[in-house]
Amino acid sequence: MIDEMIRLMAALPEAARNIFPMIAAVADHLLHSGLIEGLINFALKLGETCRDVLPIAVTILGFQLLVIRRPIAHPRKILIGFASVLIGIVFFLKGLDMALFPLGDLMAAQLTTPEFIGVDPVAGKIDWRDYVWVYVFAASIGFTTALAEPSLLAVALRAEQISGGTIRAWGLRFSVALGVGFGIALGIFRLVTGEEFSLFIVAGYIMVMIQTRFAPKLILGLAYDSGAVTTSMVTVPMITALGLGLAKAIPGRDPLLDGFGLIAFAALFPVIAVLSYAQIAQWLNKADLLSKT
Amino acid sequence: MFKNRFIKYLLGSCRDLAPIFAVVLIFQNLVIKQPLPDLANLIEGSLFLIIGLTLFVQGLELSLFPLGEDMAYDFARKGSLFWLVLFAFSLGFCAAIAEPALIAAAQQAAHIASQGHIIDSGDAAKADYALGLRVTVALSVGFALIVGVLRIIRGWPVYVPVFIGYLCVAVITPFAPKEIIGIAYDAGGIATSSITVPLVTALGVGLATAIKGRNPLTDGFGMVVFASQTPIVFVLAYGMAV
Repeated sequence: MIDEMIRLMAALPEAARNIFPMIAAVADHLLHSGLIEGLINFALKLGETCRDVLPIAVTILGFQLLVIRRPIAHPRKILIGFASVLIGIVFFLKGLDMALFPLGDLMAAQLTTPEFIGVDPVAGKIDWRDYVWVYVFAASIGFTTALAEPSLLAVALRAEQISGGTIRAWGLRFSVALGVGFGIALGIFRLVTGEEFSLFIVAGYIMVMIQTRFAPKLILGLAYDSGAVTTSMVTVPMITALGLGLAKAIPGRDPLLDGFGLIAFAALFPVIAVLSYAQIAQWLNKADLLSKT
Repeated sequence: MFKNRFIKYLLGSCRDLAPIFAVVLIFQNLVIKQPLPDLANLIEGSLFLIIGLTLFVQGLELSLFPLGEDMAYDFARKGSLFWLVLFAFSLGFCAAIAEPALIAAAQQAAHIASQGHIIDSGDAAKADYALGLRVTVALSVGFALIVGVLRIIRGWPVYVPVFIGYLCVAVITPFAPKEIIGIAYDAGGIATSSITVPLVTALGVGLATAIKGRNPLTDGFGMVVFASQTPIVFVLAYGMAV
């Protein structure tokens, strides 16, 4: 028995000598395959995201416990929820960097190359009409994402309720989507031509003010909100990347001065579209009533 | 129960991304007529996006939204103006800080600003600039919610703060540095996305329900738009100050 133990002990250093290189080799492999680095990166990003999400968690829980003074129901569920938000944001931001940002940039580059638009940049001055596919692309992105936006569906159903059926949910969604698509296309027209940015926006503001005077009062709040509601987590990065990519690719434009601003167009024009739709719906309804009496 | 919901959210995030990928693929095949370069990276990134969105939305539905909405209703009924205003400000500020779209856009803005030599090209300077932008936007969203709460309590028409906001934007823009204008105008739309909109709407509708003589459907809305205007004004001012 003791003999055997002694023999085992004597064999240990030998075994350790054999195991260490193996561990070292595995660690080496992990380091070079980027797994460890990836994990460390993930942990760092998770820490950063904690810092971002902590304030709202503290606010909600703090007010709940200290001011409302009610114990928190389902603490386990809420803990899982917060953890899931944290991990979700880390993955989402990573995915943006890997997929959506490059995609917006790539489309901007592809749709503006001289070979694609068929204009020699040295010989001929490029006209804003040469970029027609860029407008079509941006408008389609805006239109389809707005139409598929789930929070817009909820708002549209509310609007149908408020108006007592005068305003149809699908009509509202369609007009918001048209507004977003048109807004982004107009924003890109501005980007291409380099016109004064605020001129377009202020013109839009004035339009909204005039429409406010005539639109049905009940729908105002909803119409104003519709613009901000459609700029979702997926649309914003895609449109931002597209704008920055175009400002880089189009000669004479500067990403610093022209790269941003598309979201503002995407948020303003749905308001105009919804107010117009509400007004048209009201007119049609009145005409309908008149013809019946 | 968790499993079923998870699948629902998974399908939801696929549906959110589907229009973008559909449009890109159609353009790539019919207009540009070239295969997508670096497809492996794109697919991996898209998987990350889908996982991220799914976990994020599921997490919000489990924790922040039910809690936040309950509390918005509670504070609206409580009737103490001081606590209500404090809660509204904190809610707006913290929701904007946590907004993922704003995190991403602020990083982009910092990157562009460093390329244009507005700020140093070091990582620390970029992080500072991005954080400065986000805190400015968050302050403005908090401020907007205070005004929005007061509007519902006092019964001001919804277009009054909106018009004042438009006016401020139009007046300040000529004095702001050119480089900040684009990002300032975008900041509003970016700040009001996934976390802010549902919580702010809950606060508005809750308040309009609790106060006599207010209609939740008509008075409860109009808060999000103001929260998307104040960032423009605040970020323009930030650009002038920095």
